[in-house]
Parts: sequence; structure tokens; C-alpha cells
Amino acid sequence: MSTPITPEPAPEPVPEPGSQAEVSAEIAALDGTPGRQPRLDYPPYRSSALRHPTQALHPVDPEGLELWAPVFGRRDVDPLEADLTIGGRGEPIGERMIVTGRVVDGAGRPVRHQLVEVWQANAGGRYVHQRDQHPAPLDPHFTGVGRCLTDAEGTYRFTTIKPGPYPWRNHRNAWRPAHIHFSLFGTDFTQRLVTQMYFPGDPLFALDPIYQAVTDPADRARLVATYDHDLTQPEWATGYRWDIVLTGSHRTPREDDVEPDHAEHRAGDAR
Amino acid sequence: MSTPAAPKPAPTPAPTPGQTVGPFFHDALPFPRDRELVPPGSPGSVVLRGRVLDGAGEPVPDALVELWQTAPDGTVVQQPGSLRRDGVTFTGWGRCATDGEGRWSFVTLRPGTPYVALTLLARGLLDRLQTRAYLPDAPDDDLLAALGPRAATLRCTDDGDGLLIDLRLQGEHETVFLDHSARAAPGVGGTH
Ligand SMILES: [Fe+2]
Repeated sequence: MSTPITPEPAPEPVPEPGSQAEVSAEIAALDGTPGRQPRLDYPPYRSSALRHPTQALHPVDPEGLELWAPVFGRRDVDPLEADLTIGGRGEPIGERMIVTGRVVDGAGRPVRHQLVEVWQANAGGRYVHQRDQHPAPLDPHFTGVGRCLTDAEGTYRFTTIKPGPYPWRNHRNAWRPAHIHFSLFGTDFTQRLVTQMYFPGDPLFALDPIYQAVTDPADRARLVATYDHDLTQPEWATGYRWDIVLTGSHRTPREDDVEPDHAEHRAGDAR
Repeated sequence: MSTPAAPKPAPTPAPTPGQTVGPFFHDALPFPRDRELVPPGSPGSVVLRGRVLDGAGEPVPDALVELWQTAPDGTVVQQPGSLRRDGVTFTGWGRCATDGEGRWSFVTLRPGTPYVALTLLARGLLDRLQTRAYLPDAPDDDLLAALGPRAATLRCTDDGDGLLIDLRLQGEHETVFLDHSARAAPGVGGTH
């Protein structure tokens, strides 16, 4: 200690409006608040301000129609749609990777033969979407859109390119961690899930108001895939595994739910 | 160890949280004739439409609405084919991105049960929302009775051109959005 004089305590630094520091302080203030799903009212994500319900969701027992989900089948999805790297005339730029995992319901039962849809930025962090004006290159060989059906074990599998992080305008110098958007259906209407898959160790996690809107650290960790060297294919692609758990199914499983081809077997049920 | 432990039930896996659909879903989720559960103008077809509005009453141009409903005879349809419509098969499911004025619409058949189920996604909305849209003449059920004046937000009107219902994310006349998990069976509960 060079000086015996106790300095005046420094005033709390006031984060500059619109800065990452301001958003990070807001994120910190809400971190750990209860709830497994993202907070709908989450001020750090600026565009949620006028787009979240202010009234609590109304509890209701699902019934009838709500205990069933739409059915998709081989008529809906071409198996080639699971490979996002073959849409162009050449190979897309970036790290080729395999993303796979199981979709299960809240009781751990596989969600079989159900639709999984994905979309993502390219390796440079750019979407084909016309609203994406990030001045990173578009890749003529990559649209970033895919679909598949889960198999009899609930497994989905995509071949794609690792997406890059990208800037957005939530606040100054805001960047999204690299992610793949996922859209999922269960066996009940109420299990519908739209979410995002992230990559392990992303340095942008702590700064991102969308990822951090899931305020329980254990719950948001469920959004992060794991690198799996057993999935990695020599001289070809790295492998990531991400399992997805939907909310509980309310419907007592029917015998034909375990049929591998239930969509086709039930065709006679309709109308 | 004196007695063997009773087998433990398998632990209930925690659900994967939702995340916003974001602004860039338009190349991925919409598909040709996504909103046409039946061909426009076909016999018995009805238009079900509305807007998505934010807390300032402004239209939400980057939302997506999904419709799930019964057939006219009240059965739950379990038919594939929504993504590649053949013009004949009624799948009971459709999808519609909102336009620049926040409008969405479906061409469908009148369901045989009192309401259709809707899922709402939007940029700025951190998790999907679900609700019901009751037919104009549906009798009050337990849910509508419990909601009092807010029940009106779940009831379509018939304006002569079809069924109409706006989805208001916030503010006066905020739509009642539903939580189906609260009374789920033990061990299979979710948190949506
Ligand atoms: Fe994104």
C-alpha cells in the first residue's frame, strides 16, 4: 500500500445508453429469475417490449384437438432436404458438419416420424433473407434451409455448414452467437417448439439477450449442442449432437403411436 | 444394505427452452399454398383471417400464425400432405406469415368442433404462444366462462366475408394466450 489515504469510493459507472454494457447490466439483473422457458417480458431484447403479453398465460387443460398434432409424412419431405450442402452446383464455403439428435417428449418417449425444420446463416453470418443487410458474402451454394422427418427412434439428422455469428441492431455492437433455428412438432399440438441450437463455448453467450432470456443457467445450457467425435466423419465433416425434449404429452399413448409408420396407418381415420 | 431399493422411475427430462423465431424465417417456414387448407373458392370453403398487433396497436409484419383444426365432421385429421398439398386431402393444418400490414388468412373448412387452435410466432416474441379461436356461435365452455369479458378476445366474428379474429400481443383487448401445462399429468408436466 503506497498511500494511507482511503480514496473516495468511485461512483458506480453508468453504462452508456444503447451500449453492450447497458444491456449486459440488464441481463445480469434478471439472471437466475425463475422459469424454464424464456421470459416473454425481457427488456434486454428490445423488440420484445411491445410484443409480449402483459397478462399471465391462462391455464387450461388441453382437450380433443389439442391432444393431437398435425401429421407429416414422406409425401411432405424429400430426404435430400436434410442435406443443406447440396442445393447449389458446388460446395458451400465453411465447416461442413453433421447435426443430429433425438426428439423426445417430457416422458422420454421418442417423437417418431415428425417434422423438423431448420434455417441458419451461412459461414459468414449472412442469411439469404432480403432483410439481412449484413455486408458479409452470400454463398451461391448455400440457402441455409432444411427439413427432415425424425425416424422411429425420434432421431433427426442434418448435414450443413457451421453458421457464423452475425450483428443485429438490438444495441450498438450487438452480435448473435452462432446458431441454427429449429422448428419442432410433437405428438400434441401443445408441444410445438421453435428454438435455436448453439455451439459449445461461444464467447457471445454472456452478451446475447436472446440466449440469456432463458434466465436459468442449467436451462439455457440445454440449447447448446455438444461436439461428438464419434459423429465426426474422417476427411468429411465434424459432428454435433443436440437432443431436444418437448413438453410432456398429455395424451395417453395409443397403440398406433408406436407403429413405425403411424401416419400412413391412420390415413383411414380422417374425415 | 438391508432391502433392495425400489426401482426409481426414470427421471423426467427437462424441456428444451424455446427461442424467438427471429426475423429470418421466411425462406424456411412458409411453403406454397401453406394457408390453403382447401383450394380458394372450393365448395364449403371459408376464409379465417385477422391481424397480429403489438402493444401500440401497430401491425406485426414479421409474425407467423399456424392453424390446427378438426374436419367439418369434428374428427381430428391425421393425414400427411400439408407441405405438398394435392388439392384434395384436408390435413387440418396450415401456416401463414403476416404481410406488411400484419394480416394473415387461411382458406379452410368450417371445423366440426367449437374452436380452432392457433400458434403464434414473431420476431420480438421470445417463445411461441398458443390460443383458441372460437366460432361466432360456439356456446360458452368452461374456458370462456372463466375468462369473463376477456373471452371476447377468443371469439371470431363473421363479417360476411368470413371469420375474423385479431391477435393482440399486448394492451387493451390483449388476446388470452393459453398455458396447457399447468395441470398436466404428474411426471409428464411441461412448463409451457
Ligand atoms: Fe438467426
